[in-house]
Amino acid sequence: MAHIPLAATRSVTGIPAGRLAMWWVLASEIVIFGGLLASYVMLRLQHPEWGDEAAHTSTVAGAFNTFVLLTSSLFAVLGHRAAEHGDGPRAARFLWMTVGGGAVFMLVKAFEYTSEITHGYTLFRSVFWGFYFTTTGLHGLHVVAGMVAMGLVAVGARRGQRLHRVELVGIYWHFVDVVWIFLFPLLYLAK
Amino acid sequence: MDAGPAHVSGTAGHAPAHPEPMSFWRKYVFSTDHKMIGMQYMFTGIVMGLLGGLMAYAFRMQLTFPGEAVPGVGVVTPNLYNALVTNHGSIMIFWFAMPVLIAGFGNFLIPLMIGCDDMAFPRINRLSYQIFFLSAVVILVSLVVPGGGFGGAWTAYPPLSASAAYNHTPLGAPLWLLAVALEFVAFLLGGINFVTTVMNARAPGMGIWEIPIVVWMIIVASILFMASVGPLIAGAVLLLLDQVVGTQFFDPRAGGDPLLWQHLFWFFGHPEVYVVLLPALGMTAEVMAVFARKKLFAYKIILYSVFATGVLSFVVWAHHQFVAGIDPRMAHVFTVTTLLISIPIAEVTFAYIATLWGASIEFRTPMLWALSFVAEFMIGGVTGIFLGASATDIYLHDSYFVVAHFHYTFFPIAVIGFFTGFTYWFPKMFGRMMNETLGKIHFWGTIIAVNFVFIPMFITGIAGDHRRIYTYQLFSQLATDGLGRLRLVSTLGLIVMLLFQLVFVVNLIVSLVAGRRAERNPWRANTLEWVAPSPPPHGNFAEMPTVYRGPYEYSVPGRREDYWPQNVPA
Amino acid sequence: MTDTGHSAMAGPEAVARPHPNYVMVWVILLGLLVVSILGPMMGIFWVTLITAFVVAVIKALMVAAYFMHLNIERTYVKYLLFTILLLMLVLFAGVAPDVMKRAGKNWEHVSPTSGAVERPRH
Repeated sequence: MAHIPLAATRSVTGIPAGRLAMWWVLASEIVIFGGLLASYVMLRLQHPEWGDEAAHTSTVAGAFNTFVLLTSSLFAVLGHRAAEHGDGPRAARFLWMTVGGGAVFMLVKAFEYTSEITHGYTLFRSVFWGFYFTTTGLHGLHVVAGMVAMGLVAVGARRGQRLHRVELVGIYWHFVDVVWIFLFPLLYLAK
Repeated sequence: MDAGPAHVSGTAGHAPAHPEPMSFWRKYVFSTDHKMIGMQYMFTGIVMGLLGGLMAYAFRMQLTFPGEAVPGVGVVTPNLYNALVTNHGSIMIFWFAMPVLIAGFGNFLIPLMIGCDDMAFPRINRLSYQIFFLSAVVILVSLVVPGGGFGGAWTAYPPLSASAAYNHTPLGAPLWLLAVALEFVAFLLGGINFVTTVMNARAPGMGIWEIPIVVWMIIVASILFMASVGPLIAGAVLLLLDQVVGTQFFDPRAGGDPLLWQHLFWFFGHPEVYVVLLPALGMTAEVMAVFARKKLFAYKIILYSVFATGVLSFVVWAHHQFVAGIDPRMAHVFTVTTLLISIPIAEVTFAYIATLWGASIEFRTPMLWALSFVAEFMIGGVTGIFLGASATDIYLHDSYFVVAHFHYTFFPIAVIGFFTGFTYWFPKMFGRMMNETLGKIHFWGTIIAVNFVFIPMFITGIAGDHRRIYTYQLFSQLATDGLGRLRLVSTLGLIVMLLFQLVFVVNLIVSLVAGRRAERNPWRANTLEWVAPSPPPHGNFAEMPTVYRGPYEYSVPGRREDYWPQNVPA
Repeated sequence: MTDTGHSAMAGPEAVARPHPNYVMVWVILLGLLVVSILGPMMGIFWVTLITAFVVAVIKALMVAAYFMHLNIERTYVKYLLFTILLLMLVLFAGVAPDVMKRAGKNWEHVSPTSGAVERPRH
């Protein structure tokens, strides 16, 4: 394993390098999703007829997914607390529960997409659906990436290694949750 | 034993002892050492820059001798012309200027200048280069696929860029977009690494006002990039879907809006020019202070001006869209902000000139480049005023006046900035000195020639030469002998300038192989990179330095030496 | 950023940070979710707007403050995130006048799907 450079351990700001970097990652992600969602909002406000298309998103699925992500965030932060107290195996268990939440989320999305596509609401039917699939798809990719990262951290955490990463991957996961908190009203409630 | 301040933990005193990886692959290809990664970016960037320059040669020959086969290239068809113009712009900005100025110099210099042993995340650093390398491969592939390279200009406005029925490059267009997107990811990763490292890993005693200005500039540039590229990444995803899958985000017939792309692009596009400007400005400042043997004038004011520029750069973008059909009231707003943004940059220029005032200047090659940066960039800056005012822009938009303006800014940034930094830091990077005579010949040949390339373009632009047109033969008022002669002057200037780069290549090779061995601090400079050996070993410093003062204490009264390195105790 | 803080260790932080009752926060978040679902069912535009979007903002702030520990994080992290969000408002303000315009002083929006407008040739 490569050695850790001195640069990674110094902390003039008082924030550990990993957490500082994660905040910058989130800053750059906010502008990506922000740009996408701002574009959607502007076009949506200009096209009131999109409301007819939006009526066909499943509010039940969206609400359930919001519940799933909020709960998975709870597990993530409980895992962080366990990691702070040095309890690696317990933190790992919570992380795997978060991953499970992510899996449930993706499963519901899979059902949703299948149902929508088979009923003819595809990417091409209207620019509304283009935005719907693109924003939820990009968000879904971030969920999957988060699941993978969390799994990797959990494997290490169970052995008590690099417990500080539990918090970092948790911060990323909470961000993914926050993006969904805004996607839900924009795509499901605004009908 | 390092007698640093108590708050630095015991590991901070000495570079960690570990065996340096020796296999060719670990050392040169898969290295995590910031210096090697910097070199990789630098040399990839140089190769791509030469390619971009050759593209310029090809399309300028077509414009000057329309329809005739270009020596070494063949006949330039309209589609090939568009692809050359598009990829010249994209390559020069994304695969030459950014990798060389930010990733190349940034990677090499930052850990050295802040007194630590590497970046905070060396493996992410390596990953960022690998993604960047992949992006370079993708753009090169995009040039040779069936249909040819993308020809919709580096700005890629839809519907031309979104529909293969219009752009005739069904493979080239998405590959171009993919290459740009990958490059963005690479620079996001790199930028986060730089910012975290500089915020956290500075040597003891280096507060924020003791950071060398080039490091500050690269950091601000990285932050500007991170904050502005997001909406374009979002737009690129939408455009890629339009191109490949057939969605209609930018198709007005289906409820999309092509103007949305323009806004998303330029929201990034304008801060991007400051992203490349700031590192070049920083390198110029470093070189000026060293070769004027004088303190950099108003260091803090320069930084505040740069912060103001950074903030303002986010609210000027629509000056690229004055004639695109935007709301005219927004044009008023953007005119005002655009004219305002010239003020802080002018402030910085004045500070540089004030640094020279009363100084005993050593006219070595790096200083010649730094001085020429200020002079040439001022021409670019002043001509930008005509374009920032929406009234004159209505006439000048999409003419060669614009091309001349931005080449008088980009050429100093990318080329002069590169040579300033490269000739200055070459001894540190390679442990040898470059040949002064060859350096001066290269300098004068390049600088004189480049003015012959672009000054005529101001004239032909006002006369009516449009951009992005493969021949003027179809326009009787432009196919005149007078304008033809001016275009010829530009092209000859370009050829002369390209030939003079051979002098640089010769100098580079000769110096690498047989140059005089450089000592640790051949320029007698203050910043921390000159404390390390030339070239620095793995881990950079035998003993991590502690900083006692700012970087610009030159010619301090009462001292025997005319310089006072940052790490020398009082 | 200017304080010369101690070197952080690679392992778990030495200083344990205070933990709020995360389950309580989660219960409140679920309650807000219920409100945001019931609101639009009432069919009144302003109620929908507030319950859907204002609630979303509150939920996001709560997740940020309590789960991401932004409430005890260094101030400049909050400034950074706030500035980035402000930038998104700048983007919206600069682009909306163009993308959302339906008519101006001298023109009106003619849908491209409705066929070309015949003009006399000159």
